[in-house]
Amino acid sequence: MEMLTLSHVARSFGEKQVLRDVTFSVPEHTVFGFVGQNGAGKTTAMKMILGLLAADGGEITVSGMPVCYGNTPTNRFVGYLPDVPEFYPFMTPAEYLRFCGEISGMPAREIKSRSEELLRLVGLEKEARRIKGFSRGMKQRLGVAQALFCRPKLLICDEPTSALDPAGRKELLDILTAAKEETTVLFSTHILSDVEHICDEMAFLHEGKIALEGSLDEIRKLRKASEVAVEVEREEDARTLGQAFPFLIIDGKRSFRLEEAGRLPEILHFIADRKCPVIRIERQEAALEDLFMEVVGK
Amino acid sequence: MKAFLKKEWMEWSRTGRLLVLLLVFVLFGIMNPAVAKLTPWLMESMAESLADAGMAVAAVRVDAMTSWTQFYKNIPVGLIIFILITGGNFTGEYEKGTLIPVVAKGLTRRKILAAKSVFLYGSWTALYWICFGITYGYNAYFWDNGIAENLFFAASCTWLYGVWLVAFHIFFSSVSKSSSQVLMGTGGAAAGVYLLAMFPKIDAVLPAKLMSGTELLYGAGSPDDYYAGIIAAGIMIMLCMALAAFCLDRKQL
Repeated sequence: MEMLTLSHVARSFGEKQVLRDVTFSVPEHTVFGFVGQNGAGKTTAMKMILGLLAADGGEITVSGMPVCYGNTPTNRFVGYLPDVPEFYPFMTPAEYLRFCGEISGMPAREIKSRSEELLRLVGLEKEARRIKGFSRGMKQRLGVAQALFCRPKLLICDEPTSALDPAGRKELLDILTAAKEETTVLFSTHILSDVEHICDEMAFLHEGKIALEGSLDEIRKLRKASEVAVEVEREEDARTLGQAFPFLIIDGKRSFRLEEAGRLPEILHFIADRKCPVIRIERQEAALEDLFMEVVGK
Repeated sequence: MKAFLKKEWMEWSRTGRLLVLLLVFVLFGIMNPAVAKLTPWLMESMAESLADAGMAVAAVRVDAMTSWTQFYKNIPVGLIIFILITGGNFTGEYEKGTLIPVVAKGLTRRKILAAKSVFLYGSWTALYWICFGITYGYNAYFWDNGIAENLFFAASCTWLYGVWLVAFHIFFSSVSKSSSQVLMGTGGAAAGVYLLAMFPKIDAVLPAKLMSGTELLYGAGSPDDYYAGIIAAGIMIMLCMALAAFCLDRKQL
């Protein structure tokens, strides 16, 4: 079942059309990476899923129910971690979580146990200070706890790792991966290694449209077959190979790249016939970064 | 809504907002009779210098009326301080984005509006009547409140004027992005009715009439003259609240 669907969603701010025609869907129990450059409209799309922004056109559904602007009933299924989470500075983390539980109508006993569990999970269990003195990273952790508090069916995280140090980032990614058991995660980012680490599926948002969508494997396959890099020991061998196979891309005096990996046997045959000493033959996996650059046209 | 009311209480008490307002209104409550009580002494101590300037000071007689007059002079200042201190009650949350996680958890905007309104109306009511109660108590102790006519009716009119202004404060909070816009809007509404009240034919049907409580105390006006203003204020309060609910539902947070 699809937990979230966006179909032909559009939104503009004045003259600027941020989202033109955004269509994608997120299946249940997946970690879905929503990738795009800064300013591509990721936050706008997320706010529209939460009913915090009105769409100019298109339809959004969460758990099969349509999202409406203002007070959308679908928000009871959703946990949200904003890009810069801000909480009431006069509360302690435990008080804030209790407040979250109370506004969701959770029983007092469950609020207490859930607060303790989540504060432990995000490493804030000993923090009795008020939120006023918290760093951005600590607020981000509390943000994760409050977003997961009501056991949402859909967890929406807006660039959750951008403010964190490497250790904090890893911890957060682990939390999101673990959360997959209970919920569906949609997280926006421009950090592609995060997507590669934890996502099952992803969509690239570019110029207001979804430029690419699919599982991580499918997307990798979309890239022209993986390249093969070859380095030979002698310059003259490299020259001969270059003349015999004009489609090779010369990278240096003794190395070249082969984009059409299917023609590798021909080259290996040629090398074997001439007994050319080889330093390395390496298959290069397509990195998401390359794909991202391809999509954004740089 | 109960949870949001608890949060409001925590905010008002922990940020010191409640304490400051309480101090201001208690101070005003004490100042009204204190100024009345000190007036003869002040005049006496200044008599010599005034005599030098050619002014003769006769014996000054003070009573509960002097203190009540002071009350009606001070309460507009208290109301201005109340509006200034609570000006960012809504807009502070829009600016910081603290309402977003709350709305994203499914709490309706109407409940947020209701909780904040209960707090604003409730605190104005409590602070106003504390101030009134302190002045009333001192006046009863030093003099006799019996000489003031329509005492409670006049006080209720002034309280209603405050409620009317708070309603505008809430309405402007639902449409504005910053507290300065809220303050300008609320100030503009108050200034607007004062300017309109300069026209003799319509002054009786404007909420500004509710602030002339001293006329009632001296018996210069009768409660009948105030009913039109009370009805006008009531209608405007309801309109403001309906508009605030409509606008907050559509507000981009």
